[in-house]
Amino acid sequence: MTAPIIEMKNIQKHFGSVIALAGVSVDVKPGECHCLLGDNGAGKSTFIKTMSGVHKPTSGEIFFEGKPMNFQNPRDAMEAGIATVHQHLAMIPLMSVSRNFFMGNEPVKSVLGMKFLDQKKADEITMTEMRKMGINLRGPDQAVGTLSGGERQTVAIARAVHFGAKILILDEPTSALGVRQTANVLSTVHKVREQGIGVVFITHNVRHALAVGDRFTVLNRGQTLGTAKRGEIEYDELHDMMAGGDELAKLVPEMGKAAQ
Amino acid sequence: MTGSTQAEASDERIKDQSFVRKALIRPELGGIVGAIAVFTFFLLTAFDSGMFSASGVMNWTVVSAQFMIIAVGACLLMIAGEFDLSVGSMIGFAGMMIAIFSITLEWPVWIAILITFVMCIAIGAINGWIVIRTGLPSFIVTLAFLFILRGFTIFFPQLLERKTIIGGISDAAEGDWLAQIFGGKIGGSFFQMLGDAGIIDVFERGNRMGEPVVDGIPMLIIWALGLVIFGHVLLTRTRFGNWIFASGGDAEAARNSGVPVNKVKALMFMFTAFCATVFATCQVMEFGSAGADRGLLKEFEAIIAVVIGGALLTGGYGSVIGAALGALIFGVVQQGLFFAGVESSLFRVFLGAILLGAVILNTYIRRLITGER
Repeated sequence: MTAPIIEMKNIQKHFGSVIALAGVSVDVKPGECHCLLGDNGAGKSTFIKTMSGVHKPTSGEIFFEGKPMNFQNPRDAMEAGIATVHQHLAMIPLMSVSRNFFMGNEPVKSVLGMKFLDQKKADEITMTEMRKMGINLRGPDQAVGTLSGGERQTVAIARAVHFGAKILILDEPTSALGVRQTANVLSTVHKVREQGIGVVFITHNVRHALAVGDRFTVLNRGQTLGTAKRGEIEYDELHDMMAGGDELAKLVPEMGKAAQ
Repeated sequence: MTGSTQAEASDERIKDQSFVRKALIRPELGGIVGAIAVFTFFLLTAFDSGMFSASGVMNWTVVSAQFMIIAVGACLLMIAGEFDLSVGSMIGFAGMMIAIFSITLEWPVWIAILITFVMCIAIGAINGWIVIRTGLPSFIVTLAFLFILRGFTIFFPQLLERKTIIGGISDAAEGDWLAQIFGGKIGGSFFQMLGDAGIIDVFERGNRMGEPVVDGIPMLIIWALGLVIFGHVLLTRTRFGNWIFASGGDAEAARNSGVPVNKVKALMFMFTAFCATVFATCQVMEFGSAGADRGLLKEFEAIIAVVIGGALLTGGYGSVIGAALGALIFGVVQQGLFFAGVESSLFRVFLGAILLGAVILNTYIRRLITGER
């Protein structure tokens, strides 16, 4: 088995008296899709923010490509190759796809010693990258606002891949999407994985996780309830773990009463 | 799951866009249509009034150029997602500072101009800094500066000279190299040639007999064209231009992508202040005096020109060329009503009406671009 790109060992994160993460360990290998499941408040967001350099862990170790890493800020993590596609997308609806694609990383060419935007290059790369992801744009100058939610996710993912991501963190990419759009995003995840990039897929939808995941880690109240491989775990098991066995047992009879 | 067939065939759900629809989503459209309409109107109604003679053309061109100078600054700032309501007060303040430095303190005019530029750009930076640090709407912060700057513009000359208009700048600026860049004219010999050839009118009596009625292109117009070209290239052809759009479109998304949003906004506030100071310097050099009431309401006129030019008040979308056309429409109508002999107060009625029309059109266009219904 190949060595993991990133290894997070026994990560703890405390906010004042609140223990958000109480020793979480996760590793991501190249070309795998590691699903991080958990209910609201389980610590998923805190964990990926630690991975992407937004938070510094209170204790625990991070190894990136075998070397111990200490990210000071998101830029450090980004430069190392950890890209995050947020729930609230880093896309601007009024701007064209190519301008969005290269936002903050615009290609330039020199004319008479002055640096100008290389629009032609930006347009060509955008069209090629989007075609690779299975999206045919009307043109590179099409505004992002005209794209569907799933297509916007795909633009964001294609952008992260183009700028050399080794680890792609997807924060609830399917939570606001319809069935067909979700299928498109999941197929994009599959294409990204084939390029040898490690994907961290955060969701609370077990069905979506089972569709693309290679390994599954369930978080509950800041703790890992273990990591399972594809085929070793069933839908119901994952679902119970997310809700945390006891609570679901309590919930079910009440729901039964309500139904009667 | 390969999606290759999907990639090769074009999506049947994407309708071909009609030419009209494509043209509609260009921000300059409103400006182009408006400019054509305005010129057609005045060519039909005021052709014989002298509006399209050499001196008439120069008349409305100068007025339009004034609007253009402040519209370029307001346009870039609005696209970056902010407003500056202190532009008008800044114009009065900058003019007064030049007068106080050069007349009251008797400094050389070029030093007075340079120090005024530094001061005003610094005030622009303070505007930007407060907006960025406090997160308050720029509307409120610059409204405060509208009053603060206007107050100082009235206070200083009263304190120092016991009057609110300081004159005598023309004499002080005589032969000053920097004053020429703002108040001079170029192409005088060319216009003399046109006059001699009978292409444009010449004075027929008085001490300027034989000189053409238009004796050169004021530097004001050169500044206006220069700023429009600079603004347009900056916005559409550079990385920084993309950052301006991004900062105004969604500051948080732009930050996530590594765009230095605060720097962009601060620089745009400074650029707006620079444009206001250029306007003030040209005006002071032309009139030879500075008055405490100069620049009144200019901030709104600049914003209206920008909105007519297709920019969205919410930021992230617009065009410098559009703003320049908005300024042209402004100048032509303001002066055209005078030539056509229409009561000049009606200009304000026109202003309000065209503003409303432009905003409604822009909102509709925005829906077209983003596909909202």
